[in-house]
Amino acid sequence: MAKVLVVTSGKGGVGKTTSTAALGAALAQGGQTVVVVDFDVGLRNLDLVMGAERRVVFDLVNVIQGDAKLAQALIRDKRVDTLSLLPASQTRDKDALTPEGVARVIAELREKFDWVICDSPAGIERGATLAMRHADLAVVVTNPEVSSVRDSDRIIGLLDSKTERAERGERMEKHLLLTRYDTGRANRGEMLKTEDVLEILSIPLLGIIPESQEVLRASNIGSPVTLSSPDSAPGRAYFDAARRLRGEVVPVAAPDEKRGLVQRLFGRRVA
Amino acid sequence: MKLLSFLTRRGSAPVARERLQIVLAHERALNGSSGDLVRILQEEILAVVARHVKIERDMVQIKLDRGDSISTLEIDIHMPGEVVSVI
Repeated sequence: MAKVLVVTSGKGGVGKTTSTAALGAALAQGGQTVVVVDFDVGLRNLDLVMGAERRVVFDLVNVIQGDAKLAQALIRDKRVDTLSLLPASQTRDKDALTPEGVARVIAELREKFDWVICDSPAGIERGATLAMRHADLAVVVTNPEVSSVRDSDRIIGLLDSKTERAERGERMEKHLLLTRYDTGRANRGEMLKTEDVLEILSIPLLGIIPESQEVLRASNIGSPVTLSSPDSAPGRAYFDAARRLRGEVVPVAAPDEKRGLVQRLFGRRVA
Repeated sequence: MKLLSFLTRRGSAPVARERLQIVLAHERALNGSSGDLVRILQEEILAVVARHVKIERDMVQIKLDRGDSISTLEIDIHMPGEVVSVI
């Protein structure tokens, strides 16, 4: 039974695309068939983060408008063969997405994959609402920072009212993915703690991704962090999050500052 | 002096947390279902009154005050000054 997952946040720059790539790759590395779909029409970037930017021929808009078949637009990952990408259009505007077209493409993807992961654009407008429209569950990506938490709260409101599931009166499953977390700063009272964000947003925690150089390095080289540095702190955190998405019970450990320090001292030579 | 201010300095995270709790409590009331409720009530009350009295849109004001145990709905309808005539 295929699951449609939307990765959303409201605010831009918090790590939606990075997390889409990393979670998608982690699920695929675990043997699931996965397609990651870029809904950011006009500002596509998932192709770049996945390292497939030179392989894009057709895109989501082409498929919706009937200019290409779905199979022609899907790009299979060269590193993990159960992972595919459906890129967004770079040239069109977001009005090129129609609700009927999106519904048709999502239904077709459901037939082919275990997981359909929709990378939402920032904002709360058409692109974002279409990306969440058909989702069975949502990952809300949030930074421990006031504007991000506020925007996540708005997005949670939309997930509970504007999705097909909500309109059918069903419960929308939502998970919090806390990114760019710095345990040391949180412990010193300089940054919102995990408990603070959880208490304010009151949705279950999917994972804590620590602030790390590995995340930027991964996007620099066009590889999900779970592929480029699977043993790094963010890599492991994404693997754990992916296992929780599959229903496994994996205890959430706050990224440890001490271990971070030890890694800083000794880990570099190993990594 | 610097050492003293370092020791007495309180982290800014508790401030962030408090500000968020206040602003979100307010925004949830506006954006949530009660926001819709107020809008719907305003439209429907306006329609009912307008069926009998010539009335402008801004003459019906509705306010919802949410309390912990009880909420109050305040409906303020300004009637035209002249003797009300049935349309």
